[in-house]
Amino acid sequence: MWAIVVKEFRQLRRDRRTVAMLFLLPFLFLIVFGYAASFDVKTVPTVVVGPLATTVAARLPGQFDVVGVHPAEGYAQAFNELRDGKAIIAIVSPTSFAAGDAQILIDGTELLAARTAITGFSQLRSGASGAPAGGQTSGAATAVDIANLLPTPRVLFNPELRTSVIMIPGLCGIILVFVGTVATALGVVRERQAGTLEQLAVMPFRAWQVFLGKIAPYLLIAVIDMALIVGAGLLVFNVPFRGSVLTFALGALLFLFVTLGVGVLISTVSQTQGQAIQLSIMTLLPQILLSGLFFPLYSMAAGVRWISYVLPMTYFVKVARGVMVRGTPFVELWFPLLMLAVLGTVVFTLSVLRFRRDLAPGGAKDEGGSDVAGAAEAST
Amino acid sequence: MWRERRRRAHERRRRSTESGARVAEHGVSGAAMREASGVAMPGAAGDWGVSGLSVRYGRHPALVDVTLAVPGGAITAVVGSDGSGKTTLARALAGALKPSAGSVRRPASRRIGYVSAAAGVYRDLTVDENLEFTGGAYGLRGAALRQRAAQLLARIGLTDAHDRLAGDLSGGMRQKLAFAMAVLHEPELLILDEPTTGVDPVSRAELWRLIARAAAEGTGVLFATSYLDEAERARMVLVLDRGHELVSGDPIDIVATLPGAVFTVPIVRRCDGGSIERHAAAEPGAAEAVLDGRSAPHRWRRGADWRVWSPSGAPPAGGTAARVDLSDAVIVAALQAGEPTA
Repeated sequence: MWAIVVKEFRQLRRDRRTVAMLFLLPFLFLIVFGYAASFDVKTVPTVVVGPLATTVAARLPGQFDVVGVHPAEGYAQAFNELRDGKAIIAIVSPTSFAAGDAQILIDGTELLAARTAITGFSQLRSGASGAPAGGQTSGAATAVDIANLLPTPRVLFNPELRTSVIMIPGLCGIILVFVGTVATALGVVRERQAGTLEQLAVMPFRAWQVFLGKIAPYLLIAVIDMALIVGAGLLVFNVPFRGSVLTFALGALLFLFVTLGVGVLISTVSQTQGQAIQLSIMTLLPQILLSGLFFPLYSMAAGVRWISYVLPMTYFVKVARGVMVRGTPFVELWFPLLMLAVLGTVVFTLSVLRFRRDLAPGGAKDEGGSDVAGAAEAST
Repeated sequence: MWRERRRRAHERRRRSTESGARVAEHGVSGAAMREASGVAMPGAAGDWGVSGLSVRYGRHPALVDVTLAVPGGAITAVVGSDGSGKTTLARALAGALKPSAGSVRRPASRRIGYVSAAAGVYRDLTVDENLEFTGGAYGLRGAALRQRAAQLLARIGLTDAHDRLAGDLSGGMRQKLAFAMAVLHEPELLILDEPTTGVDPVSRAELWRLIARAAAEGTGVLFATSYLDEAERARMVLVLDRGHELVSGDPIDIVATLPGAVFTVPIVRRCDGGSIERHAAAEPGAAEAVLDGRSAPHRWRRGADWRVWSPSGAPPAGGTAARVDLSDAVIVAALQAGEPTA
């Protein structure tokens, strides 16, 4: 048995990727579950509008992180701020302390924050009802006063706070990563392992033709997969689709652009399908865990939150949830779309360059003649 | 030492060119070989090959200053042990890797047929689908493709297996399919990297028949192999040893111009106290001296005999002149290369 143990260690020592995965994955989980994965919502991004916005904002308890105060604006602005994902709670302050026309709007796509806020407001009101009446007439409004002024919160976009409503747009992202990255990497590596990639390299194909030829089927499958998921979400799970289909399609296409690039990139550094799967898992896991799909970004420690901002899934989740559930318009999604385009360009360029190096090492293929290295020699 | 070997190799090549090229015929019977024996095919493809080719993998030299012509209408064999550089040479000629130095002459990629060492057959496609893919890659479509594919399937004996998955074929059948895929578009240059390795003798013979036929039709064939008996069938042979050219030329000339002489010393077995020892049959005392490595380092076993190379041509004790073939000649070249004064 000892001989087997020694042999295993020797093999493992030479399989650096497995060793890396064995040590990196626990490290990744440590980061994710130690710092990033938090169901505790300590502060909730809040925007306050209306004539008394400044006063209300100043009196809100600390758990409401006021990210915008717009005294000149009204309900429409509050709605837009939530729709565009700039805040999770919008308070429309009353026209006066005596008026009962205040409103609280909560973004139902942020389940944890929404539940925390609903509980918070409920506690505020119950605290106010038990407080002495004199507190309301002291001139300077207290938190209790504010609570008394505020009505029951209204949850927008996902009033029942259903998990499926926010998970299905995110699931589209997982499908795209799975097909784009895992299936593409495996498809290319399978050719390498079978020795047919070399055959393709000497066939009269340009590198880009092989590249596109390899990824086009997966692109099509990913599109069909996504259409099925969205369709099932709409019909079976009653997930709304409030925004523009074109904006969603653009976001999905850009995201697919990144994931296919990552898939090809992985295939160029993998000799076997096992290695490709390992690397795919190492790119898939952080995207699922750190993209805001499960754990809200604002609850993550700032030290690890930056990781989320380099993951394409983070931006796709913003686009998918924004368009489908909140109906966020294209102009308000320019940043995540731009980030997807930038990431896609970087990853795709890298993967094309590496793929080209594998497939067109001898230079121009269609012209024949001669490869000359060193001293020049006339071609035939 | 190397310079001297290269000079000799070039000299041999020059002599072989002067003596006229040929296509060897061993083991390939009938019409195919007769077709292949015609040398300079009218309208035969150009003169492909490599010149002063060196390839490095990182710091490791895989090929060093190798020159080889692959003329149309003939089979050129590259032979050597594992790691000798055969595959590197085939890949460089096919355009699958970039040389570090030297030059490669080859036709446009659409005029090259290539069978890699891994056969390059899609195991999860049927025989027909493999041919269809390759045909499509080279611009063959419709009736022309179907006709050519049917013709080749009949030639390689896979007509009945046309709808079988390539992964379900035997090794020999798969190699024949790979060959058919490589010649589907009637290339000018056909590069075959160890197509017969691991293939049964019958399939090997069939493959050789197909290769000889392709050469007879005017294709320049580069055939990389580990088997010297196969290399003997080629018009020209290049023997590689750890990336260097050991010897090259017409196989007959290589044998004919072998330096010194090769002798046969028979071996018999004798049971002695339960152990088996080998001794020369005749003149036991003298033969013992021949078998002693210190006194006779230039020997190798060939069937039931020892072969002994005598650089001076003087016969060893108990030795008779051997009928030398390419295998012996390559061993002599290797021994000569290992000589301190060579």
